[in-house]
Amino acid sequence: MLQESILLTIVLAPLFAAIVAGLGGRVIGRAGAHSVTIAGVALSFGLSAYVLWQLVMDGVPTYDGSVYTWLVSDGIRMEVGFLVDHLTALMMTVVTFVSLCVHVYTIGYMHDDPGYQRFFSYISLFTFSMLMLVMSNNFLQLFFGWEAVGVVSYLLIGFWYTRPTAIFANLKAFLVNRVGDFGFVLGIAAIVYYTNSLDYSTVFGLRDVIAADTMQIFPGVEWQAMTVVCICLFIGAMGKSAQVPLHVWLPDSMEGPTPISALIHAATMVTAGIFMVARMSPLFELSETALNTVLFIGATTAFFMGLLGIVNNDIKRVIAYSTLSQLGYMTVGLGASAYAGAIFHLMTHAFFKALLFLAAGSVIIGMHHEQDMRKMGGLKKYMPITYWTALIGSVALIAVPGTSGFFSKDILIDAVGESHLAMAPYAYWSVLLGVFVTAFYSFRLVFMTFHGEERFHADEHHKPHESPWVVTLPLILLAIPSLVIGWLTVERVLFGGYFGNAIAVLPAHDVLEHVKEEFHGPAQFVVHAFTGPAVYLAAAGVLAAWYLYIKRTDLPGQIAERLSALYKLLANKFYFDELYQAVFARGSRGVGTALWRVGDVALIDGGMVNGSARVVGWLSGLLRHLQSGYLYHYAFAMVIGLSALLAWYVLR
Amino acid sequence: MELTWPILSVLIWLPIAGGVAMLALGERGVVLGRWVALLTTAVTFGISTLLWVYFDSSTALMQFGEERAWIDIPGTLVSTYSLGVDGISMPLILLTTFITPLVVIASWTVIEKKPAQYYAAFLILEGLMIGVFAALDALLFYVLWEAMLIPMFIIIGIWGGPRRVYATIKFFLYTFLGSVLMLVSLIYLYQQTCNAGQCSYLIADFYDVPLDLNTQIVIFLAFLTAFAVKVPMWPVHTWLPDAHVEAPTGGSVILAAIMLKMGGYGFLRFSLPITPDAPGTLDWLVISLSLIAVVYIGFVALVQQDMKKLIAYSSIAHMGFVTLGSFLTFELMSVNGDTRGAAMGIEGAMVQMISHGLISGALFFCVGVLYDRVHSREINAYGGVVNTMPIFAAFAVLFALANSGLPATSGFVGEFLVIVASFRADFWYAFLAGLTLILGAAYTLWMVKRVIFGAVANDNVATLTDLNAREFVVLGVLALAVLALGLWPAPMLEVMHKTVENLVQTITTPKL
Repeated sequence: MLQESILLTIVLAPLFAAIVAGLGGRVIGRAGAHSVTIAGVALSFGLSAYVLWQLVMDGVPTYDGSVYTWLVSDGIRMEVGFLVDHLTALMMTVVTFVSLCVHVYTIGYMHDDPGYQRFFSYISLFTFSMLMLVMSNNFLQLFFGWEAVGVVSYLLIGFWYTRPTAIFANLKAFLVNRVGDFGFVLGIAAIVYYTNSLDYSTVFGLRDVIAADTMQIFPGVEWQAMTVVCICLFIGAMGKSAQVPLHVWLPDSMEGPTPISALIHAATMVTAGIFMVARMSPLFELSETALNTVLFIGATTAFFMGLLGIVNNDIKRVIAYSTLSQLGYMTVGLGASAYAGAIFHLMTHAFFKALLFLAAGSVIIGMHHEQDMRKMGGLKKYMPITYWTALIGSVALIAVPGTSGFFSKDILIDAVGESHLAMAPYAYWSVLLGVFVTAFYSFRLVFMTFHGEERFHADEHHKPHESPWVVTLPLILLAIPSLVIGWLTVERVLFGGYFGNAIAVLPAHDVLEHVKEEFHGPAQFVVHAFTGPAVYLAAAGVLAAWYLYIKRTDLPGQIAERLSALYKLLANKFYFDELYQAVFARGSRGVGTALWRVGDVALIDGGMVNGSARVVGWLSGLLRHLQSGYLYHYAFAMVIGLSALLAWYVLR
Repeated sequence: MELTWPILSVLIWLPIAGGVAMLALGERGVVLGRWVALLTTAVTFGISTLLWVYFDSSTALMQFGEERAWIDIPGTLVSTYSLGVDGISMPLILLTTFITPLVVIASWTVIEKKPAQYYAAFLILEGLMIGVFAALDALLFYVLWEAMLIPMFIIIGIWGGPRRVYATIKFFLYTFLGSVLMLVSLIYLYQQTCNAGQCSYLIADFYDVPLDLNTQIVIFLAFLTAFAVKVPMWPVHTWLPDAHVEAPTGGSVILAAIMLKMGGYGFLRFSLPITPDAPGTLDWLVISLSLIAVVYIGFVALVQQDMKKLIAYSSIAHMGFVTLGSFLTFELMSVNGDTRGAAMGIEGAMVQMISHGLISGALFFCVGVLYDRVHSREINAYGGVVNTMPIFAAFAVLFALANSGLPATSGFVGEFLVIVASFRADFWYAFLAGLTLILGAAYTLWMVKRVIFGAVANDNVATLTDLNAREFVVLGVLALAVLALGLWPAPMLEVMHKTVENLVQTITTPKL
């Protein structure tokens, strides 16, 4: 039996640390701040691992209980409570582990920053929020955590608040996320409408009630209620997990310090949408329209966002586009009903992508805050640990057979190939071609940064240097699971019924069951990979990157010139930013100004309010002429009045 | 357990007595006077907490009742001094007594012109506002309702900004014109009770007056005018931004935090139970105006250059949730055939009122803090305030997020309940209301970006000093309240349940 006190400690330890470091930062100083937050997260991680152990090894039952009642209205009980099953425990462990690594890394990365305590407070607060999100047993708390991680992300992207780009990016991130949350809230409202409950267990128990209903949003068009619910929820996921067309905030979020790019904008928060859809699998399973939508959005993100990574020269942004693309892979997995595969990729991605970001951060420190890859090159000999760990992250990302990314990604691609949904062929080709793209931009990054000629100009004092141990230790800690976690766990997690009841798949959608038929242990699966196209596409990508960025470094420029239209399209990120800027930012300001100037100022105030005042003034101005003060005027008026009255009496 | 002394009368008359005492002390005793004001309001708050302690949540009946003869001219005019609270008025009284001491503290050294009279106006205003929420007699209610305008008129007219005369006249005429129609309705209802044999101005007796549909519609429209101006609802809202811009900080806080709630309270106390059948044909009007408030005003708020105007427009948008939640019942009945969701809508409206009182009050305090230092409300006059006022910035960001409806702050609770309830009535209600998630965040956080964040914009900002202890206390207390209400709203809803349940029952029982 899992104990409530342990679960409470897991979430409250980082919260407590965040409050101490945030409010008492001046008192406890820098060392105090990082000690208390690291202790909090370490405790959280230790207990999460213990909980995972209990669930997996000791087979204790799933925990589902409420902590307190938030409110009761209309007979609907809204609670704060925990659901801890295999899915949750996996997420908890991943989140706290990556968070712990990032905490330690931050000591080195933020060493000279005046906002040191504030930063530690924020990342601990983030850990708390993320844990609340994944551990929730109801939609309300899920939304709490959802918004809370959004706020911490807002605060952290704008951490360097004097930079105009940072405070632009954080506002943009928050607002784009709010668009997603808007859909999410409608989805929750729909769920309450159909089931009168917010608890997962009750709602999932009543899923047939939702599925049996239809809904008319536009007159004359009947939609399946489940489709409406799932698409609304998925809009929330699109915001948080940065799926096209709500992806625009993620590249800009790189304005934040690198440790949070690793923790929030790669490993954990952005995967909240993936987690949510997997958690809602009992609902999504019942709407093929929703699943097709998920497939389409995911596939589009996976392929087209990957393309953008090819033309970018900012080391962090390349990894950001890679994150977008990988989130697309996970979304495709969800759409194909391979929820377990998506979560598995989420886990391996958390390790290798956090690793890549932290390695990029290490490079940035080593290069004295230079992020442009065109001014790097040949860093391998100056930063060996960073190089090797970054290489490990990259091979995992491009799914070199045997690495963790290989198991998660290849199985996802195979699973999509097995799907019979209408969008499945499009999704399959997108993720397959995406493999080439991934390999190309990943090794373009590796070659441009670590190999080739040194394109920086540094004197003796400003030579690139390897980072201190607090930075390299997390790199090594993350490199290990990036390499081996797939091999060790794939069989159990994906094909051993690990998730149990946490994930529900209809037999007709069970694509992983088909993949399982080809899977006979990890070693065999590595061999089996060479019979499929993915591994050759990856090799081709690496080769192409090598040829263009090591062998013939003059070629990329020529290609860009030759294909200038395409290059411009990619360099301008398909013009999403310009479009949104024009339509939404300027558009809503235009609407606001029009409504204000015309509606409020001219019509209501000018017309109705001051207008009626003017009418009163004008009328009294007229009437004033009657009060002339001359006796004969009044006498004359009296005579006319009398004659009129008389005439009326006589003539009626 | 019952109290043996008339607590409501004490709550009404104690601050008024304090106010009169301040006037008697005059400007020479102003140092003493401040403490008198603080002590009076603090004691009033202390006493008011007894309301919560002794409140019986298991009944919808009026509690802490008092009844005395007031006017008794048989056959002509009978009105009683009748007081009492239920689950709808009690939280609003607590809000009033909670906010007023904070206003006193916030004004401590800021008001230089005739401070004694300034405090006196607020104390008297507090007593009158409590009276409005506690009055059970319609004539008493009306007298207090109109009397309340006078101190506020004086506060804006004397301690206000350069265009204060325009603003006060606009404020006064708007609200007064609206109220006159309400007075006519009240007199008509009184006549009806006389016709039934027992002349009475008691609101509860009005509930039982039989009215045909056309009469109900006329009376409903009269009430609507009075309360819509107060809320304010689109399109009778334009007095509010002007009044806020000209009002001193304390005036703005009281106006936003409490006086706007009178409108919402009026709908629940008068319109819905007295004319329960009229909204059945006219609820579309109220709901449309509410949704226009949320969306249209949200866009208007986006382009404001004056911080106070922006918050004023934000108030109108947020109050749209109050009117939306209050009027869902009839639509729910006709769509689903039952009242499921009606209580949630009304409770959401109530929570929204309390929460908006705290958050908008806090935001006006924040603007006041900046205005006291720089003497400008223009967004363009600031930028990078966080560099010189980090503690203030932390509070400002917290309240801004609360204003954008962040979960775990009170701002989320009401909006969430109303959106969920309105989904039951119509997808598009929830859709339009839900836009506040985007619009509210856009106008609030864009202001935060331009005022709080960024590099130091000018010399004024560079020389700012952070919060002093007094300001810290005010914002700190409000922050705690906003968070407490967001993290655990259950106790507040507990006291409302029975009353709201009863209200839903009343308004769904046709009078025809």
